[in-house]
Amino acid sequence: MRPALDVSYPRFLPVGDGALSVEFGDAISPALNDRVIALDIALAAAELPGIVETIPSYRSLLICYDPMELAHRQIVAEIGRLLSGRGAPRPGTSAAWSVPVIYDPPFAEDLPEVANRLGVTPEQVIAIHTGWEFQVYTVGFAPGLPYLGELPPALHISRRETPRPAVPAGAVLIGGIQATIVPVPVPSGWYQLGQTPLRPFDLQRKDPFLFRPGDRIRFRQVNRGEYDHLMGLDRDDLLASVRTLA
Amino acid sequence: MSGRLRMIDPGLHATLQDSGRFGWRRFGVSVSGAMDPPALALANVLAGNPPDSAAVEFAQTGGTWQIDTESCRIAVTGGSFAISVDGATLAPWRSYTLRQGQVLSIGSARDAVWGYLAVAGGFAIAPQLGSCATHVRSGIGGRRIEAGDALPLGLTQAPGGNEHFVAPLRWTPSPMRVVLGPQADYFAPETIAAFLAATWQAGHRGDRMGIWLEGPPIAHARGFNLVSDGLVPGCIQVPGSGQPVVLLMDCQTAGGYPKLATVITPDLPRLAQSRSGTRLRFAAIDVEAAQQLYRAYHAVFATPERALRVAPGPPPWESWFGG
Repeated sequence: MRPALDVSYPRFLPVGDGALSVEFGDAISPALNDRVIALDIALAAAELPGIVETIPSYRSLLICYDPMELAHRQIVAEIGRLLSGRGAPRPGTSAAWSVPVIYDPPFAEDLPEVANRLGVTPEQVIAIHTGWEFQVYTVGFAPGLPYLGELPPALHISRRETPRPAVPAGAVLIGGIQATIVPVPVPSGWYQLGQTPLRPFDLQRKDPFLFRPGDRIRFRQVNRGEYDHLMGLDRDDLLASVRTLA
Repeated sequence: MSGRLRMIDPGLHATLQDSGRFGWRRFGVSVSGAMDPPALALANVLAGNPPDSAAVEFAQTGGTWQIDTESCRIAVTGGSFAISVDGATLAPWRSYTLRQGQVLSIGSARDAVWGYLAVAGGFAIAPQLGSCATHVRSGIGGRRIEAGDALPLGLTQAPGGNEHFVAPLRWTPSPMRVVLGPQADYFAPETIAAFLAATWQAGHRGDRMGIWLEGPPIAHARGFNLVSDGLVPGCIQVPGSGQPVVLLMDCQTAGGYPKLATVITPDLPRLAQSRSGTRLRFAAIDVEAAQQLYRAYHAVFATPERALRVAPGPPPWESWFGG
Protein backbone atom coordinates (compact mmCIF):
# COMPACT_ATOMS: atom_id res chain seq x y z
CA MET A 1 0.00 0.00 0.00
CA ARG A 2 1.18 3.49 -0.70
CA PRO A 3 1.15 5.96 2.18
CA ALA A 4 -2.14 7.81 2.48
CA LEU A 5 -2.20 11.43 1.50
CA ASP A 6 -2.53 13.82 4.36
CA VAL A 7 -5.20 15.94 2.73
CA SER A 8 -8.83 16.74 3.26
CA TYR A 9 -11.40 16.25 0.56
CA PRO A 10 -12.90 17.54 -1.62
CA ARG A 11 -9.89 19.09 -3.26
CA PHE A 12 -9.88 21.45 -6.21
CA LEU A 13 -6.94 20.82 -8.52
CA PRO A 14 -6.26 22.89 -11.64
CA VAL A 15 -5.60 20.81 -14.76
CA GLY A 16 -3.84 23.30 -17.00
CA ASP A 17 -5.58 26.55 -17.93
CA GLY A 18 -9.03 25.21 -18.80
CA ALA A 19 -9.99 22.38 -16.46
CA LEU A 20 -10.58 21.69 -12.79
CA SER A 21 -10.48 18.31 -11.07
CA VAL A 22 -12.75 18.01 -8.06
CA GLU A 23 -11.48 15.03 -6.06
CA PHE A 24 -13.65 13.42 -3.40
CA GLY A 25 -11.15 10.80 -2.30
CA ASP A 26 -8.47 8.41 -3.42
CA ALA A 27 -10.29 5.07 -3.75
CA ILE A 28 -12.83 3.13 -5.76
CA SER A 29 -16.04 3.14 -3.75
CA PRO A 30 -19.74 3.53 -4.52
CA ALA A 31 -20.05 6.31 -1.92
CA LEU A 32 -17.33 8.43 -3.56
CA ASN A 33 -18.72 7.73 -7.03
CA ASP A 34 -22.19 8.80 -5.88
CA ARG A 35 -20.77 12.16 -4.83
CA VAL A 36 -19.07 12.60 -8.19
CA ILE A 37 -22.31 11.90 -10.02
CA ALA A 38 -24.32 14.12 -7.70
CA LEU A 39 -21.98 17.05 -8.36
CA ASP A 40 -22.10 16.37 -12.09
CA ILE A 41 -25.90 16.54 -12.03
CA ALA A 42 -25.96 19.64 -9.84
CA LEU A 43 -23.46 21.37 -12.13
CA ALA A 44 -25.51 20.55 -15.23
CA ALA A 45 -28.64 21.87 -13.52
CA ALA A 46 -26.86 25.09 -12.52
CA GLU A 47 -26.27 25.87 -16.24
CA LEU A 48 -23.15 27.83 -15.46
CA PRO A 49 -21.96 29.76 -18.52
CA GLY A 50 -18.51 28.71 -19.70
CA ILE A 51 -18.71 25.01 -18.82
CA VAL A 52 -17.55 23.02 -21.87
CA GLU A 53 -18.08 19.48 -20.63
CA THR A 54 -17.44 17.21 -17.66
CA ILE A 55 -15.75 13.82 -17.27
CA PRO A 56 -17.05 11.94 -14.24
CA SER A 57 -14.78 9.13 -13.02
CA TYR A 58 -14.54 6.93 -9.93
CA ARG A 59 -13.64 9.51 -7.34
CA SER A 60 -13.35 12.81 -9.19
CA LEU A 61 -15.15 15.08 -11.58
CA LEU A 62 -13.07 16.75 -14.28
CA ILE A 63 -14.71 20.01 -15.34
CA CYS A 64 -13.55 21.46 -18.66
CA TYR A 65 -14.36 25.15 -18.94
CA ASP A 66 -13.64 28.16 -21.09
CA PRO A 67 -11.13 30.46 -19.38
CA MET A 68 -12.55 33.35 -21.43
CA GLU A 69 -15.73 33.04 -19.38
CA LEU A 70 -14.60 31.63 -16.05
CA ALA A 71 -11.42 32.12 -14.05
CA HIS A 72 -10.07 29.33 -11.83
CA ARG A 73 -11.00 31.23 -8.67
CA GLN A 74 -14.57 31.73 -9.90
CA ILE A 75 -15.20 28.11 -10.80
CA VAL A 76 -13.77 26.91 -7.50
CA ALA A 77 -16.15 29.29 -5.73
CA GLU A 78 -19.11 28.10 -7.81
CA ILE A 79 -18.36 24.44 -7.13
CA GLY A 80 -17.91 25.19 -3.44
CA ARG A 81 -21.36 26.78 -3.45
CA LEU A 82 -22.89 23.76 -5.19
CA LEU A 83 -21.25 21.35 -2.74
CA SER A 84 -22.37 23.28 0.31
CA GLY A 85 -25.95 23.42 -0.96
CA ARG A 86 -28.48 20.86 0.16
CA GLY A 87 -27.39 17.39 -0.96
CA ALA A 88 -27.91 17.02 -4.66
CA PRO A 89 -30.44 14.28 -5.42
CA ARG A 90 -29.47 11.04 -7.08
CA PRO A 91 -30.05 11.22 -10.80
CA GLY A 92 -33.66 10.63 -11.68
CA THR A 93 -32.64 9.40 -15.10
CA SER A 94 -30.26 6.65 -14.07
CA ALA A 95 -31.22 3.46 -15.82
CA ALA A 96 -31.35 -0.17 -14.83
CA TRP A 97 -30.24 -2.68 -17.42
CA SER A 98 -30.77 -6.38 -17.76
CA VAL A 99 -27.99 -7.43 -20.10
CA PRO A 100 -28.42 -10.77 -21.90
CA VAL A 101 -25.24 -12.83 -22.00
CA ILE A 102 -24.40 -16.12 -23.63
CA TYR A 103 -21.83 -17.99 -21.51
CA ASP A 104 -21.32 -20.86 -23.97
CA PRO A 105 -18.54 -21.60 -26.46
CA PRO A 106 -17.36 -20.00 -28.66
CA PHE A 107 -18.33 -16.84 -26.75
CA ALA A 108 -16.85 -17.72 -23.37
CA GLU A 109 -13.23 -18.34 -24.16
CA ASP A 110 -11.89 -17.69 -20.67
CA LEU A 111 -14.70 -19.11 -18.54
CA PRO A 112 -12.96 -22.46 -17.86
CA GLU A 113 -9.70 -20.71 -16.95
CA VAL A 114 -11.47 -18.25 -14.65
CA ALA A 115 -13.31 -21.10 -12.91
CA ASN A 116 -10.07 -23.02 -12.55
CA ARG A 117 -8.18 -20.06 -11.10
CA LEU A 118 -10.95 -19.22 -8.66
CA GLY A 119 -11.43 -22.85 -7.64
CA VAL A 120 -15.10 -23.03 -8.58
CA THR A 121 -17.12 -24.51 -11.44
CA PRO A 122 -18.02 -22.53 -14.56
CA GLU A 123 -21.66 -22.78 -13.49
CA GLN A 124 -20.79 -21.14 -10.17
CA VAL A 125 -18.96 -18.31 -11.96
CA ILE A 126 -22.10 -17.72 -14.07
CA ALA A 127 -24.35 -17.85 -10.99
CA ILE A 128 -22.22 -15.27 -9.16
CA HIS A 129 -21.91 -13.02 -12.23
CA THR A 130 -25.67 -13.05 -12.92
CA GLY A 131 -26.59 -12.74 -9.24
CA TRP A 132 -24.93 -9.39 -8.69
CA GLU A 133 -25.87 -5.78 -9.35
CA PHE A 134 -23.14 -3.61 -10.84
CA GLN A 135 -22.87 0.17 -10.87
CA VAL A 136 -21.47 2.07 -13.84
CA TYR A 137 -18.69 4.06 -12.16
CA THR A 138 -17.36 5.75 -15.25
CA VAL A 139 -17.28 5.45 -19.03
CA GLY A 140 -14.02 5.67 -20.93
CA PHE A 141 -10.92 4.01 -22.38
CA ALA A 142 -12.91 3.40 -25.56
CA PRO A 143 -16.16 5.07 -26.71
CA GLY A 144 -19.00 3.90 -24.47
CA LEU A 145 -16.96 1.39 -22.43
CA PRO A 146 -18.50 1.15 -18.93
CA TYR A 147 -16.36 0.46 -15.89
CA LEU A 148 -18.56 -1.71 -13.70
CA GLY A 149 -17.89 -2.14 -10.04
CA GLU A 150 -17.33 -3.86 -7.93
CA LEU A 151 -17.06 -7.55 -8.60
CA PRO A 152 -18.19 -9.72 -5.71
CA PRO A 153 -15.04 -10.89 -3.87
CA ALA A 154 -15.50 -14.45 -5.19
CA LEU A 155 -14.75 -13.17 -8.72
CA HIS A 156 -11.75 -10.94 -7.92
CA ILE A 157 -9.04 -12.08 -10.31
CA SER A 158 -5.70 -10.60 -11.32
CA ARG A 159 -5.32 -9.66 -14.95
CA ARG A 160 -3.94 -11.91 -17.65
CA GLU A 161 -0.17 -11.86 -17.93
CA THR A 162 -0.42 -11.25 -21.66
CA PRO A 163 -3.19 -8.97 -22.92
CA ARG A 164 -5.16 -10.09 -25.97
CA PRO A 165 -4.62 -7.79 -28.97
CA ALA A 166 -8.36 -7.55 -29.63
CA VAL A 167 -11.51 -8.68 -27.89
CA PRO A 168 -14.73 -8.27 -29.89
CA ALA A 169 -17.55 -5.78 -29.40
CA GLY A 170 -20.12 -7.25 -27.01
CA ALA A 171 -17.54 -9.25 -25.02
CA VAL A 172 -18.41 -9.43 -21.31
CA LEU A 173 -15.19 -9.22 -19.30
CA ILE A 174 -13.91 -9.27 -15.74
CA GLY A 175 -10.51 -8.11 -14.53
CA GLY A 176 -9.18 -7.17 -11.11
CA ILE A 177 -12.19 -6.06 -9.10
CA GLN A 178 -14.06 -4.72 -12.12
CA ALA A 179 -16.17 -5.81 -15.04
CA THR A 180 -17.07 -4.34 -18.42
CA ILE A 181 -18.86 -4.79 -21.72
CA VAL A 182 -16.67 -4.13 -24.74
CA PRO A 183 -18.05 -1.46 -27.14
CA VAL A 184 -15.55 -1.71 -30.01
CA PRO A 185 -12.68 -4.18 -30.49
CA VAL A 186 -9.99 -3.28 -27.93
CA PRO A 187 -6.84 -4.90 -26.59
CA SER A 188 -7.46 -6.22 -23.11
CA GLY A 189 -5.85 -8.12 -20.27
CA TRP A 190 -9.23 -9.02 -18.80
CA TYR A 191 -11.06 -12.36 -19.04
CA GLN A 192 -14.00 -12.98 -21.35
CA LEU A 193 -16.88 -14.75 -19.57
CA GLY A 194 -19.41 -14.38 -22.36
CA GLN A 195 -20.89 -12.25 -25.08
CA THR A 196 -23.92 -9.96 -25.31
CA PRO A 197 -25.85 -8.88 -28.41
CA LEU A 198 -25.95 -5.37 -26.89
CA ARG A 199 -23.53 -2.76 -28.21
CA PRO A 200 -22.55 -0.10 -25.67
CA PHE A 201 -21.58 2.15 -28.61
CA ASP A 202 -23.40 2.37 -31.94
CA LEU A 203 -23.17 5.50 -34.06
CA GLN A 204 -26.23 4.43 -36.06
CA ARG A 205 -28.41 4.48 -32.96
CA LYS A 206 -30.25 7.65 -31.95
CA ASP A 207 -28.40 7.58 -28.66
CA PRO A 208 -24.97 6.20 -29.55
CA PHE A 209 -23.98 5.57 -25.92
CA LEU A 210 -25.95 3.12 -23.79
CA PHE A 211 -24.50 3.55 -20.36
CA ARG A 212 -24.08 6.52 -18.08
CA PRO A 213 -22.30 6.78 -14.75
CA GLY A 214 -24.73 5.79 -12.04
CA ASP A 215 -26.61 3.25 -14.17
CA ARG A 216 -27.21 -0.21 -12.64
CA ILE A 217 -26.51 -3.37 -14.56
CA ARG A 218 -27.46 -7.02 -14.04
CA PHE A 219 -26.43 -9.83 -16.35
CA ARG A 220 -28.92 -12.49 -17.47
CA GLN A 221 -27.96 -15.83 -18.98
CA VAL A 222 -29.40 -16.66 -22.39
CA ASN A 223 -29.05 -19.77 -24.52
CA ARG A 224 -27.89 -19.88 -28.11
CA GLY A 225 -31.43 -19.71 -29.46
CA GLU A 226 -32.28 -16.54 -27.55
CA TYR A 227 -28.89 -15.01 -28.34
CA ASP A 228 -29.43 -15.56 -32.06
CA HIS A 229 -32.95 -14.17 -31.79
CA LEU A 230 -31.70 -11.02 -30.04
CA MET A 231 -28.88 -10.61 -32.56
CA GLY A 232 -31.55 -10.60 -35.29
CA LEU A 233 -33.62 -7.85 -33.65
CA ASP A 234 -33.73 -4.29 -34.86
CA ARG A 235 -31.39 -2.21 -32.67
CA ASP A 236 -34.26 -0.25 -31.09
CA ASP A 237 -36.32 -3.35 -30.32
CA LEU A 238 -33.26 -4.91 -28.74
CA LEU A 239 -32.83 -1.85 -26.51
CA ALA A 240 -36.46 -1.83 -25.46
CA SER A 241 -36.07 -5.42 -24.29
CA VAL A 242 -33.22 -4.71 -21.87
CA ARG A 243 -33.74 -1.25 -20.43
CA THR A 244 -36.02 -0.28 -17.59
CA LEU A 245 -36.01 3.10 -15.90
CA ALA A 246 -34.93 2.80 -12.30
CA MET B 1 -21.20 15.94 -59.95
CA SER B 2 -19.37 17.52 -57.08
CA GLY B 3 -15.71 18.40 -57.33
CA ARG B 4 -13.09 16.31 -55.66
CA LEU B 5 -9.60 16.49 -54.30
CA ARG B 6 -7.90 13.20 -55.12
CA MET B 7 -4.94 11.84 -53.18
CA ILE B 8 -2.46 10.31 -55.62
CA ASP B 9 0.48 9.58 -53.34
CA PRO B 10 -0.03 9.34 -49.62
CA GLY B 11 1.41 11.74 -47.13
CA LEU B 12 2.12 10.52 -43.62
CA HIS B 13 -0.86 10.04 -41.36
CA ALA B 14 -3.19 12.28 -43.41
CA THR B 15 -6.58 12.75 -41.75
CA LEU B 16 -9.35 15.30 -41.76
CA GLN B 17 -9.26 17.47 -38.64
CA ASP B 18 -11.21 20.46 -37.40
CA SER B 19 -11.17 22.22 -34.04
CA GLY B 20 -12.20 19.03 -32.23
CA ARG B 21 -15.14 17.04 -30.95
CA PHE B 22 -16.42 18.40 -27.67
CA GLY B 23 -19.15 17.19 -25.36
CA TRP B 24 -18.57 13.43 -25.65
CA ARG B 25 -15.53 12.91 -23.45
CA ARG B 26 -17.76 11.65 -20.64
CA PHE B 27 -18.47 8.68 -22.94
CA GLY B 28 -14.83 8.01 -23.69
CA VAL B 29 -14.71 9.89 -27.00
CA SER B 30 -11.42 11.75 -27.47
CA VAL B 31 -11.43 15.41 -28.45
CA SER B 32 -9.16 14.91 -31.49
CA GLY B 33 -8.94 17.93 -33.78
CA ALA B 34 -5.90 19.76 -35.15
CA MET B 35 -2.58 19.24 -33.39
CA ASP B 36 -1.74 22.87 -34.26
CA PRO B 37 -5.02 24.82 -34.03
CA PRO B 38 -3.56 28.21 -35.03
CA ALA B 39 -2.07 26.68 -38.19
CA LEU B 40 -5.43 25.06 -39.01
CA ALA B 41 -7.20 28.40 -38.49
CA LEU B 42 -4.75 30.23 -40.76
CA ALA B 43 -5.02 27.60 -43.51
CA ASN B 44 -8.77 27.97 -43.39
CA VAL B 45 -8.93 31.76 -43.46
CA LEU B 46 -6.38 31.81 -46.30
CA ALA B 47 -8.74 29.55 -48.25
CA GLY B 48 -11.66 31.78 -47.26
CA ASN B 49 -13.26 29.42 -44.74
CA PRO B 50 -14.36 29.82 -41.13
CA PRO B 51 -11.26 29.13 -39.01
CA ASP B 52 -12.54 25.92 -37.43
CA SER B 53 -13.48 24.18 -40.72
CA ALA B 54 -12.12 20.72 -41.45
CA ALA B 55 -8.86 20.53 -43.39
CA VAL B 56 -6.41 17.77 -44.25
CA GLU B 57 -3.78 17.35 -41.56
CA PHE B 58 -0.60 15.44 -42.35
CA ALA B 59 2.61 14.56 -40.55
CA GLN B 60 5.97 15.59 -42.04
CA THR B 61 4.96 15.20 -45.65
CA GLY B 62 1.64 15.92 -47.31
CA GLY B 63 1.60 13.69 -50.38
CA THR B 64 0.37 14.46 -53.88
CA TRP B 65 -3.10 15.68 -54.76
CA GLN B 66 -4.94 16.13 -58.02
CA ILE B 67 -7.54 18.82 -58.55
CA ASP B 68 -10.61 17.06 -59.83
CA THR B 69 -12.93 20.05 -60.15
CA GLU B 70 -13.18 23.20 -62.27
CA SER B 71 -10.94 25.24 -59.96
CA CYS B 72 -10.06 25.21 -56.32
CA ARG B 73 -8.44 27.63 -53.87
CA ILE B 74 -6.00 25.95 -51.51
CA ALA B 75 -3.58 26.92 -48.77
CA VAL B 76 -0.93 24.95 -46.89
CA THR B 77 0.26 25.97 -43.42
CA GLY B 78 1.94 24.49 -40.37
CA GLY B 79 5.57 24.83 -41.41
CA SER B 80 7.92 25.60 -44.30
CA PHE B 81 6.61 22.71 -46.37
CA ALA B 82 8.13 22.34 -49.85
CA ILE B 83 5.15 22.73 -52.16
CA SER B 84 4.91 22.59 -55.90
CA VAL B 85 2.26 22.51 -58.58
CA ASP B 86 3.17 20.76 -61.82
CA GLY B 87 6.82 21.37 -60.93
CA ALA B 88 6.52 25.11 -60.10
CA THR B 89 7.42 26.01 -56.54
CA LEU B 90 4.73 27.51 -54.33
CA ALA B 91 4.96 29.05 -50.90
CA PRO B 92 3.28 27.77 -47.78
CA TRP B 93 1.25 30.21 -45.69
CA ARG B 94 -0.33 31.52 -48.92
CA SER B 95 -3.45 30.78 -50.95
CA TYR B 96 -3.46 29.71 -54.61
CA THR B 97 -6.21 28.94 -57.05
CA LEU B 98 -5.53 25.69 -58.90
CA ARG B 99 -7.23 24.39 -62.04
CA GLN B 100 -8.68 21.09 -63.05
CA GLY B 101 -6.03 18.40 -63.47
CA GLN B 102 -3.23 20.27 -61.74
CA VAL B 103 -1.18 18.22 -59.30
CA LEU B 104 -0.19 19.65 -55.94
CA SER B 105 2.82 18.06 -54.22
CA ILE B 106 3.48 18.72 -50.57
CA GLY B 107 6.95 17.70 -49.41
CA SER B 108 8.57 17.97 -46.03
CA ALA B 109 9.41 20.83 -43.69
CA ARG B 110 12.39 21.24 -41.38
CA ASP B 111 10.61 23.35 -38.84
CA ALA B 112 7.41 21.42 -38.18
CA VAL B 113 5.73 18.06 -37.86
CA TRP B 114 2.10 18.80 -38.66
CA GLY B 115 0.86 20.54 -41.80
CA TYR B 116 -2.58 21.59 -43.01
CA LEU B 117 -4.12 21.66 -46.46
CA ALA B 118 -7.31 23.70 -46.56
CA VAL B 119 -9.59 24.12 -49.58
CA ALA B 120 -12.11 26.91 -50.14
CA GLY B 121 -15.61 25.72 -49.31
CA GLY B 122 -14.22 22.87 -47.24
CA PHE B 123 -15.07 19.21 -47.68
CA ALA B 124 -18.60 17.89 -48.22
CA ILE B 125 -18.31 15.33 -45.47
CA ALA B 126 -20.97 14.80 -42.80
CA PRO B 127 -19.82 15.40 -39.24
CA GLN B 128 -20.01 12.58 -36.69
CA LEU B 129 -20.95 13.53 -33.14
CA GLY B 130 -20.77 17.15 -34.19
CA SER B 131 -17.30 17.19 -35.73
CA CYS B 132 -15.32 16.10 -38.79
CA ALA B 133 -12.22 15.39 -36.72
CA THR B 134 -10.85 11.90 -37.35
CA HIS B 135 -9.98 9.66 -34.42
CA VAL B 136 -8.26 6.75 -36.13
CA ARG B 137 -8.20 4.41 -33.13
CA SER B 138 -11.96 4.45 -32.60
CA GLY B 139 -12.93 5.11 -36.22
CA ILE B 140 -15.05 8.07 -35.13
CA GLY B 141 -14.94 10.63 -37.93
CA GLY B 142 -13.56 8.12 -40.41
CA ARG B 143 -10.10 6.80 -41.14
CA ARG B 144 -6.73 7.82 -42.48
CA ILE B 145 -6.79 9.26 -46.02
CA GLU B 146 -5.11 6.89 -48.46
CA ALA B 147 -3.88 7.06 -52.04
CA GLY B 148 -6.85 6.86 -54.37
CA ASP B 149 -9.26 8.54 -51.96
CA ALA B 150 -11.21 11.40 -53.53
CA LEU B 151 -12.50 13.90 -50.98
CA PRO B 152 -15.73 15.60 -52.07
CA LEU B 153 -15.47 19.39 -52.09
CA GLY B 154 -17.98 21.93 -50.88
CA LEU B 155 -17.44 24.09 -53.99
CA THR B 156 -16.91 23.11 -57.63
CA GLN B 157 -15.30 26.42 -58.47
CA ALA B 158 -12.84 28.66 -56.64
CA PRO B 159 -14.47 31.73 -55.11
CA GLY B 160 -12.40 34.32 -57.01
CA GLY B 161 -10.98 37.53 -55.53
CA ASN B 162 -7.48 38.11 -54.21
CA GLU B 163 -5.06 35.53 -53.00
CA HIS B 164 -3.69 36.11 -49.52
CA PHE B 165 -0.67 35.28 -47.43
CA VAL B 166 0.08 35.37 -43.73
CA ALA B 167 3.30 35.63 -41.76
CA PRO B 168 4.38 32.07 -40.88
CA LEU B 169 3.87 31.04 -37.27
CA ARG B 170 7.30 30.92 -35.70
CA TRP B 171 7.86 29.23 -32.42
CA THR B 172 10.39 30.59 -29.98
CA PRO B 173 12.54 28.05 -28.16
CA SER B 174 11.50 29.32 -24.71
CA PRO B 175 10.38 26.84 -22.03
CA MET B 176 6.92 25.31 -22.28
CA ARG B 177 4.78 26.74 -19.54
CA VAL B 178 3.03 24.21 -17.30
CA VAL B 179 0.63 24.34 -14.39
CA LEU B 180 1.78 21.76 -11.82
CA GLY B 181 -0.62 18.94 -11.09
CA PRO B 182 -3.26 17.65 -10.87
CA GLN B 183 -1.20 14.91 -9.17
CA ALA B 184 1.97 16.81 -8.30
CA ASP B 185 1.71 15.25 -4.83
CA TYR B 186 2.60 11.85 -6.29
CA PHE B 187 6.11 13.23 -6.71
CA ALA B 188 8.67 14.51 -4.21
CA PRO B 189 9.35 18.28 -4.39
CA GLU B 190 12.95 17.61 -5.45
CA THR B 191 11.67 15.37 -8.27
CA ILE B 192 9.49 18.19 -9.55
CA ALA B 193 12.40 20.60 -9.28
CA ALA B 194 14.55 18.16 -11.27
CA PHE B 195 11.85 17.85 -13.95
CA LEU B 196 11.77 21.64 -14.31
CA ALA B 197 15.57 21.93 -14.32
CA ALA B 198 16.16 19.21 -16.91
CA THR B 199 16.50 19.61 -20.66
CA TRP B 200 14.28 17.01 -22.34
CA GLN B 201 14.18 15.77 -25.87
CA ALA B 202 11.08 15.14 -27.91
CA GLY B 203 11.21 11.37 -28.28
CA HIS B 204 11.04 9.19 -31.35
CA ARG B 205 7.84 7.73 -30.02
CA GLY B 206 5.15 10.22 -30.84
CA ASP B 207 1.83 10.42 -32.60
CA ARG B 208 -1.49 12.19 -32.27
CA MET B 209 -1.98 10.60 -28.83
CA GLY B 210 1.12 11.96 -27.22
CA ILE B 211 4.80 12.77 -27.38
CA TRP B 212 7.32 10.96 -25.19
CA LEU B 213 9.97 12.95 -23.41
CA GLU B 214 13.48 11.52 -23.30
CA GLY B 215 15.60 12.35 -20.28
CA PRO B 216 16.34 11.14 -16.77
CA PRO B 217 13.48 8.93 -15.52
CA ILE B 218 11.14 10.49 -12.99
CA ALA B 219 10.69 8.72 -9.66
CA HIS B 220 7.25 8.33 -8.14
CA ALA B 221 6.94 9.07 -4.46
CA ARG B 222 3.72 7.11 -3.91
CA GLY B 223 3.59 4.49 -6.66
CA PHE B 224 2.20 4.97 -10.11
CA ASN B 225 -1.18 3.30 -9.86
CA LEU B 226 -3.74 5.99 -9.53
CA VAL B 227 -7.49 5.55 -9.44
CA SER B 228 -8.12 6.46 -13.09
CA ASP B 229 -9.45 9.95 -13.59
CA GLY B 230 -10.18 12.41 -16.37
CA LEU B 231 -7.41 14.09 -18.31
CA VAL B 232 -6.95 16.65 -21.06
CA PRO B 233 -4.46 17.19 -23.90
CA GLY B 234 -1.40 18.78 -22.32
CA CYS B 235 -1.33 16.54 -19.25
CA ILE B 236 2.16 15.17 -18.55
CA GLN B 237 1.60 11.62 -17.46
CA VAL B 238 4.34 9.62 -15.77
CA PRO B 239 3.89 5.86 -16.22
CA GLY B 240 5.76 3.17 -14.31
CA SER B 241 8.86 3.50 -16.50
CA GLY B 242 9.31 7.06 -15.24
CA GLN B 243 9.50 8.30 -18.85
CA PRO B 244 6.97 11.13 -19.11
CA VAL B 245 4.55 11.49 -21.99
CA VAL B 246 2.75 14.70 -22.90
CA LEU B 247 -0.77 13.82 -23.97
CA LEU B 248 -2.03 15.36 -27.20
CA MET B 249 -5.29 15.66 -29.11
CA ASP B 250 -6.09 11.95 -29.62
CA CYS B 251 -5.39 11.04 -26.01
CA GLN B 252 -7.82 8.93 -24.06
CA THR B 253 -10.30 10.71 -21.83
CA ALA B 254 -9.08 9.11 -18.62
CA GLY B 255 -5.93 7.50 -17.35
CA GLY B 256 -4.45 5.80 -14.33
CA TYR B 257 -0.95 7.25 -14.20
CA PRO B 258 -0.12 10.30 -12.09
CA LYS B 259 -0.07 13.60 -13.97
CA LEU B 260 2.83 15.72 -12.79
CA ALA B 261 1.89 18.88 -14.68
CA THR B 262 -0.20 20.16 -17.57
CA VAL B 263 1.15 22.18 -20.51
CA ILE B 264 -0.87 25.35 -21.04
CA THR B 265 -3.07 25.60 -24.15
CA PRO B 266 -1.04 28.38 -25.85
CA ASP B 267 2.16 26.29 -25.71
CA LEU B 268 0.64 22.98 -26.80
CA PRO B 269 0.80 23.60 -30.59
CA ARG B 270 4.50 24.42 -30.26
CA LEU B 271 5.06 21.20 -28.34
CA ALA B 272 3.10 19.16 -30.87
CA GLN B 273 5.21 20.67 -33.67
CA SER B 274 8.49 19.65 -32.00
CA ARG B 275 10.32 17.17 -34.19
CA SER B 276 11.97 14.23 -32.49
CA GLY B 277 15.25 15.30 -30.93
CA THR B 278 14.05 18.86 -30.24
CA ARG B 279 15.26 20.07 -26.86
CA LEU B 280 12.43 20.97 -24.53
CA ARG B 281 12.30 22.65 -21.17
CA PHE B 282 9.39 23.29 -18.86
CA ALA B 283 8.63 26.18 -16.55
CA ALA B 284 5.93 26.16 -13.87
CA ILE B 285 3.48 29.04 -13.60
CA ASP B 286 0.38 29.37 -11.48
CA VAL B 287 -3.10 28.89 -12.89
CA GLU B 288 -3.91 32.62 -12.79
CA ALA B 289 -0.88 33.42 -14.95
CA ALA B 290 -1.77 30.52 -17.26
CA GLN B 291 -5.27 31.87 -17.78
CA GLN B 292 -3.90 35.33 -18.48
CA LEU B 293 -1.66 33.85 -21.18
CA TYR B 294 -4.63 31.93 -22.55
CA ARG B 295 -6.66 35.12 -22.88
CA ALA B 296 -3.84 36.85 -24.76
CA TYR B 297 -3.52 33.83 -27.07
CA HIS B 298 -7.26 33.72 -27.63
CA ALA B 299 -7.34 37.42 -28.49
CA VAL B 300 -4.97 36.71 -31.41
CA PHE B 301 -6.41 33.45 -32.66
CA ALA B 302 -10.09 34.31 -32.24
CA THR B 303 -9.71 36.56 -35.30
CA PRO B 304 -7.11 34.88 -37.53
CA GLU B 305 -8.48 36.68 -40.60
CA ARG B 306 -6.82 39.83 -39.28
CA ALA B 307 -3.49 38.24 -40.18
CA LEU B 308 -4.38 38.08 -43.89
CA ARG B 309 -2.45 40.22 -46.39
CA VAL B 310 -3.23 40.47 -50.10
CA ALA B 311 -0.71 38.45 -52.09
CA PRO B 312 1.01 40.29 -54.94
CA GLY B 313 1.28 38.97 -58.49
CA PRO B 314 -0.15 35.97 -60.30
CA PRO B 315 0.82 32.40 -59.45
CA PRO B 316 3.77 31.02 -61.48
CA TRP B 317 1.71 28.95 -63.91
CA GLU B 318 -0.65 31.74 -65.01
CA SER B 319 1.60 32.62 -67.94
CA TRP B 320 1.33 29.02 -69.20
CA PHE B 321 -2.39 29.55 -69.57
CA GLY B 322 -1.96 32.94 -71.19
CA GLY B 323 -2.63 35.09 -68.16
